[in-house]
Amino acid sequence: MMDPFVTFCLRMGDNALILAQRTGEWCGHAPALEEDIAFANMGLDLIGQTQLWLKLGGEAEGKGRSADDLAFLRTERQFTNCQLVEQPNVDFAHALMRQYLFDAWHLPMLDGLTQSSDERVRAVSAKVIKEVRYHIDRSRDLVIGLGDGTDESRARMQGALDELWPFTADLLASDEIDDDLTARGVIPDPAPVIEAFNAETAATFAAATLTVPHTGLTRTGGRNGIHTEHMGFILAEMQYLQRTYPGVSW
Amino acid sequence: MYAQLVETEKAGGTPEEQAFQKRIDDGIKIEPKDWMPEGYRKTLVRQIGQHAHSEVVGQLPEGNWITRAPTLERKAILLAKVQDEAGHGLYLYCAAETLGVSRDEMTEQLLAGKSKYSSIFNYPTLSWADIGAIGWLVDGAAIMNQVQLQRCSYGPYSRAMIRICKEESFHQRQGFDILRVLCQGSDEQKEMAQDAMNRWWWPSLMMFGPSDKDSVHTAQSMRWGIKQATNDDLRQKFVDQTVPQADWLGLKVPDPELKWNEDKGGYDFGEPDWNEFFNVVKGNGPCNKERLEARRKAWDDGAWFRDGLMAHAEKKRAAKVAAE
Repeated sequence: MMDPFVTFCLRMGDNALILAQRTGEWCGHAPALEEDIAFANMGLDLIGQTQLWLKLGGEAEGKGRSADDLAFLRTERQFTNCQLVEQPNVDFAHALMRQYLFDAWHLPMLDGLTQSSDERVRAVSAKVIKEVRYHIDRSRDLVIGLGDGTDESRARMQGALDELWPFTADLLASDEIDDDLTARGVIPDPAPVIEAFNAETAATFAAATLTVPHTGLTRTGGRNGIHTEHMGFILAEMQYLQRTYPGVSW
Repeated sequence: MYAQLVETEKAGGTPEEQAFQKRIDDGIKIEPKDWMPEGYRKTLVRQIGQHAHSEVVGQLPEGNWITRAPTLERKAILLAKVQDEAGHGLYLYCAAETLGVSRDEMTEQLLAGKSKYSSIFNYPTLSWADIGAIGWLVDGAAIMNQVQLQRCSYGPYSRAMIRICKEESFHQRQGFDILRVLCQGSDEQKEMAQDAMNRWWWPSLMMFGPSDKDSVHTAQSMRWGIKQATNDDLRQKFVDQTVPQADWLGLKVPDPELKWNEDKGGYDFGEPDWNEFFNVVKGNGPCNKERLEARRKAWDDGAWFRDGLMAHAEKKRAAKVAAE
């Protein structure tokens, strides 16, 4: 088993980083100037969160890897983000739904982490949770507004939900690494986090007149480095300069 | 600086217009509810509109590198910068709205190709060093122009400029810092920096607009206090400020005629290729087509989003009225 604490930090950091990559793709292409600003702002928060978690992971690992080394010099199988965040920007409905589902897990997770037995985790979470409260206020409002908007906006939001819902299984999954950290009080017990996620999404989708698909389809694996085919392209783009010109400063 | 070749209306000589001119000459700001000649209003709408569009279109060449920025810190800085540009667009549209034209109308004019944006954004960003060059040269040229626009006679534009200038100076520093690191780096990085310099230098000088002798709009804009300095004066100041910085970086300015002139206390420099400039302004630059297409696609693809939110707001309003 990999070091549980390091794995946890990488999972948190990788989620933020890969979501920031997807978010950053919208810059200049969003449906309203306010959304260009909001997406850039969220991307900025997510990059800041990446720096905090990957730095902590690198320090805990003790091999001298910086946050940048971890972001730019690992391969696809070494990334541990959930598959949800790597899903493409099919349209703005997908981008918003992806963000909302992530936020709906992220907030209760961080809420639990602010009670961590590990002081460093408490400090990072206390900072990050303030940003994420704002993220979910925004993403929830938009999901409701567009779900309960026009026929077209509802159809697009429902389409995005149908496609992305199976990936929430990856977001909510836990394994022996989580069990170990939960037992030591480093991370919260998964049950209340899942409960909060379910309550949040049920209320929002009811207000948005959207329906959670009950196909039973689940997609998991990202947390253990098994990704969808999109992931390799995200890294190829993101890591291009560091891979092409190794060992220089930027 | 993001406004070039702004067509300026003619002034008339009525008593009202003379009183208006006196206010400007006395340095009193014109505010939205004040009387103003129609020509002044139209000229400002064009200039502020162009400026706002430039900020919005300007997101595209830099946004092109957000997913490829080489470190987390550079990525964060670039995101913050592009976010600022979109924010500048927003305050400029608001300033123009005080003159009675809506953001949607201005957007439609941009997308129809009727309203222009700065020629500079029609050049491609081909390497990471281009992001440095845009910050250092393009934002540097923009600041040179915007500093004088802080004193513009129209209050809302002047105040927007004061705010924008503060952020632009951070942009310029981050661009210079990208190039500083590249110029102190490997041979390949230095080459990347010099290549960016070679490609961005002349288009940056063109940002100030044509030479004063060919600039038909400058005189009236200056009388109205919309513009405070001429294109050539600003270009000269920019060259004088930038050449020592290029020397410090170890970058060669791609102008064989560049030479210090002791008598005038400034540099002599070559003439930009004005055919290229007018061609880019006409729509034939390397990226005009892509830039407008990207903005049209964002607007068209986003129609369902804007309509959806409007419909939801309407439902909420109706429910509130029904409850009362």
